Amino acid sequence: MFGNDSQNADLATDVNEEAMVRGRSLLRDARGRFVQNKAAMGSLILLSLIALFTIFGPFFAQFSNEEIDWARMGDILHQGRPSVDTGHYFGLDYLGRDLYSRVIQATTISLLVGLIGAAMALVVGTLYGTIAGFVGGRTDSIMMRIVDILMAIPSTLVIILLLVVAGRSFVMLFVALGLVSWLTMARIVRGQTLALKNREFIEAARAAGVSEIVIMFRHILPNLMGVVIVYASLLVPDMILAESFISFLGLGISEPYTSLGSLIAEGAGTMGYGTLWQLLFPLSIFIAIIITMFFIGDGLRDALDPKDR
Amino acid sequence: MLSYIIKRIFIAIPTVFILIVASWALMKLAPGGPFSSERPIPPQILANLEARYGMDQPEWKQLWDYFYNIVVHFDFGPSFKYKDRDVNDIIAQGFPISMTYGALSFVVAVGVGVCLGIAAAINHNSWLDYFAVSLGIAAQALPNFVMAPILIFVFTLKLDWLPGGWYGGQWQYLIMPVIALSTSFMGSISRITRSSMLETLNSNFVRTAQAKGLPTRTIIWRHAMKPAMLPVLSYLGPVFVAVLTGSVFVDMYFSTGGLGQAYVGSALQRDYSVLLGVTILYGVLTISVNLLTDLAYAWFDPKIRY
Amino acid sequence: MTLLVAKNLSVEFKTADGMIQAVKNVDFEISEGECLGIVGESGSGKSQTFMAAMGLLPKNGVSSGSLTLNGQEILNLPRNKLNSIRGSSMAMIFQDPLTALTPHLRIGDQMQESLGVHQGKTGSEALKICLEWLDKVRMPEAERRLNQYPHELSGGMRQRVMIAMAMLNNPKLLIADEPTTALDVTVQAEILDLISDLQRDEGTAVALITHDMGVVARMCDRIEVMRYGEYVESGTSEEIFYNPQHAYTQKLLNAMPRLDGEHFAAEKRVTGERLLSVTDVKVHFPFSLSKGLFPKKVPLKAVDGVSFDINAGETLGVVGESGCGKSTLARAVLQLIPPTDGGVTWLGHDLVSMQKSQLKSYRKDLQIVFQDPLASLDPRMTIASSIAEPLVTFRPDLTKQERTALVEEMMERVGLPQSMINRYPHELSGGQNQRVGIARAMINKPKLIVCDEAVSALDVSIQAQIVALLKELQDEFGMSMIFISHDLSVVRDVSDRIMVLYLGRVVELADKDSIYLDPRHPYTQSLISAVPIPDPKIEKTRKRLKIPGELPSPLNPKAALRFMPSKLRANDYTYVPKLDEVSPGHLVAEHDPLEDILAQDPLAV
Repeated sequence: MFGNDSQNADLATDVNEEAMVRGRSLLRDARGRFVQNKAAMGSLILLSLIALFTIFGPFFAQFSNEEIDWARMGDILHQGRPSVDTGHYFGLDYLGRDLYSRVIQATTISLLVGLIGAAMALVVGTLYGTIAGFVGGRTDSIMMRIVDILMAIPSTLVIILLLVVAGRSFVMLFVALGLVSWLTMARIVRGQTLALKNREFIEAARAAGVSEIVIMFRHILPNLMGVVIVYASLLVPDMILAESFISFLGLGISEPYTSLGSLIAEGAGTMGYGTLWQLLFPLSIFIAIIITMFFIGDGLRDALDPKDR
Repeated sequence: MLSYIIKRIFIAIPTVFILIVASWALMKLAPGGPFSSERPIPPQILANLEARYGMDQPEWKQLWDYFYNIVVHFDFGPSFKYKDRDVNDIIAQGFPISMTYGALSFVVAVGVGVCLGIAAAINHNSWLDYFAVSLGIAAQALPNFVMAPILIFVFTLKLDWLPGGWYGGQWQYLIMPVIALSTSFMGSISRITRSSMLETLNSNFVRTAQAKGLPTRTIIWRHAMKPAMLPVLSYLGPVFVAVLTGSVFVDMYFSTGGLGQAYVGSALQRDYSVLLGVTILYGVLTISVNLLTDLAYAWFDPKIRY
Repeated sequence: MTLLVAKNLSVEFKTADGMIQAVKNVDFEISEGECLGIVGESGSGKSQTFMAAMGLLPKNGVSSGSLTLNGQEILNLPRNKLNSIRGSSMAMIFQDPLTALTPHLRIGDQMQESLGVHQGKTGSEALKICLEWLDKVRMPEAERRLNQYPHELSGGMRQRVMIAMAMLNNPKLLIADEPTTALDVTVQAEILDLISDLQRDEGTAVALITHDMGVVARMCDRIEVMRYGEYVESGTSEEIFYNPQHAYTQKLLNAMPRLDGEHFAAEKRVTGERLLSVTDVKVHFPFSLSKGLFPKKVPLKAVDGVSFDINAGETLGVVGESGCGKSTLARAVLQLIPPTDGGVTWLGHDLVSMQKSQLKSYRKDLQIVFQDPLASLDPRMTIASSIAEPLVTFRPDLTKQERTALVEEMMERVGLPQSMINRYPHELSGGQNQRVGIARAMINKPKLIVCDEAVSALDVSIQAQIVALLKELQDEFGMSMIFISHDLSVVRDVSDRIMVLYLGRVVELADKDSIYLDPRHPYTQSLISAVPIPDPKIEKTRKRLKIPGELPSPLNPKAALRFMPSKLRANDYTYVPKLDEVSPGHLVAEHDPLEDILAQDPLAV
């Protein structure tokens, strides 16, 4: 046919000039798109700064997060203000403890809760959803029915119930959070698995003699990663919000550990006395984390799922 | 269509039952009974108490009684902490209040969110669009427990415009709770509406409508609106749940006398029957709202009906 | 009288890579009542030209130049002025009728609003006009359709609705953008006839955008050939087809397989060894009818008793329209879907009852190439990994280097430059991806290859290249092939024998010449008469055989007896027409005489 052979010859010569080209995988494409998204990149930087703050901040702290500054605790409104001189960079909290250290510790906890909670939801939800979607049929119906029922129960109330029943502890908090958050992830993963299952390249793999288990791991899971990453990143702020909410109610992490939620609660409580900094510092960091995670999650979604494809 | 409705109801009912059973089982697993306190109770009195609350019966009978009472009599049993009050009383006292501003918040969040989202989508890439998106993101970062203190600070402490508590049920007392509760959902709903509308405006049938020479207003309201609202509709269920749980906090913070205070109080005091009762109540509400949104879905999408 | 005049018309798009020119300074004219064909492959800009005319360009599209309708400049008109023209003087219909109609509005409502906006007619007056037009487009049960939703209608009916809706305000110009590409061949023929009749009866000019030279030969008076945004050749239908000047036009014409082409009987590569034997295979799916509380379960008989044999080295073509079961049959033969009944024997071994592990070893020799090149490749794997996967499965003895060497060799064989070895599917064109699919299927040198609409998603010129490649490889490796397609012309080009399927059963099986020169079954005849041939003189004078009724659904038990009305009248609904051998190697399903079939009431089928 016209153009066939000569066309390929041209192509071959053109490309043989350069060395063998490394293909642009979808992930690299996505990374490129993400980097161009200014809001997402800015958020990434801000979030990294906050994380660095939690890691390196303690080196600058002059007080621990438990120690009460007896000298100043009598007059927090005036002596407890944030100042570099006193060494209380963020001021004192209502009990006279150094807010700077407390904020660092609270941020660490909140970030951990967010990340670990999201990670747990990711693992459990992905496994559950992939199996349900891939196996299909009655198993799928039953598994999804369970998810539907569990989703009908207000999750925060369940968390509270669990915490009350089993006692307040770190482990319990993570367990409770993980227990309720995997549901949406499972739903989404199952939907994606169903969509992928019917794609032709899965059929092609079957026709090529690949076994079902290998298909699930080699073909389906990698293609799920995009969606999973996006929703996991959107889960992190939800986890932090949930934990903060519980702490605010007084049911979360117990002393001397705090989370941003507790700090905000305390700060809100003392607002009327004029000690605004007690609210502002934890609140600002909290809002910063939430907003940056939203932008990053959105950025990831746009990067991994472009409409022009 | 009728069969669709019946099927949905058939699924909802067992869900409620399972909810009741599961919650009850959870309560039974809790360490420390409802009567444990600092002072040990003499065994005779303990036995009497248990008999009075029916806890000397075999487990399965307790479950059955509980279940039966709820489903047939709508009776959640007595409170474990307030000896002279039933759970029903406590609920009846607090629920109307919570429901009032809860429903109001829901309506406000959906109403404002949807309008904002549609306005942004129609004026894509204009200043209105960017403003709406930024507002949406900002709002999402301000959950109720953040908004509430800020609102009180600004409007009560500084400006003295609005009352901080809840003393009479007049409408001024509703403003801040409703704003606090609805803000973050306004944000998320507006973003979902906007992206769904944008996608619908790019679809083939909108292109056909344009090719027919229809005025833009007709295209948006008659052709694009219903398909665009479908994703929003499925999101309304989770929003409702979130409003419910958020109301717990608002009750506490604004001292509204609503159900939330009873709930948190019972959590801290281990008044399990109240805890359970409220959880089940909220669960049933959630299931009902999900059912309603499912039905609304059918109205929006003829493919489901036929 | 010239109706539409375009001068220096250009369309550009603002993209992240800069301004892309889709249409480059084209000139053309359409006169009243004539049909202008704009032919080109994908990316040629043929649709964009008319999208610009209708003001339907996306936000990043910019059009410039001049376009006048009846002397009035319409390019870049402000929206309100444009709205009084589009839908009334100028109307457009699109390619995919399902997504082109608003899903939640009834047909009647969608049609009436157009009348209300342009002619101010509403209520019963508007309804009357809608009904008139539905009759003119030969919509069966027009009144009922008005109250239905788009998803309740078939593809052909939806396109009729689109046409009626476009014609409601008696436009002077109808722009049809690939109106029949998504439709079956027989339906396509009817819709084209319809447009042609409307052109004649209503005096409407038609701008027909398509990639199919056969369609153009049938419908158009004048033709513009478009490529990379430019018109490379213009002329009357005769000039273009019988005396093409530009090299690209010639290439397009050569690439299109003609149904009536003379194919020299190739030296039979057939060695006579019986490879595959398919006996009375049935594939039934349980289907829930009506969404009631206790839905009835009816079997969807996708394949309902098909038998054939394949010998070494030969190619069997399988042809049929939607719902005929050809894809399901292919998958059942390869055991990708378990057959409900019947036998499949490969080299004497029964595949149906085989254990999965045993079956796996046979898969090496039974391969398949799919329709959608991009969808059949894992987007996360490099094309080298995709091609190598069958090697990993069946030749575990090979080292990585040996595998890579084989992959490179195969890539070269199918015409892919080796430097592409680490590329991903989304970086390649459709044609290149299909080559990858072929390389993957052939790497273990299978004995039988199934091509399931393997070239249907490709442009005409690429299609020709891939078909040539398949033939070369078949010769070189001595494979047999089952070539499935809805395009009879391509099938006839490729196959030795051809099998025509209808609703899961064989209606005719013969060698490729007999099928064309001596079709016995009415369905085969109607199919052949519906396939457009890229030759205006022949196309315009052909007689078409139209079997009454739409393409029936496989759920309808009476549908299978469409060609035996005598049995229907006798209420014998379970009769299975027998296959007669009317001459050696030529099998025809039993059927009633043609006059009886044509005399049926279309609604009863």
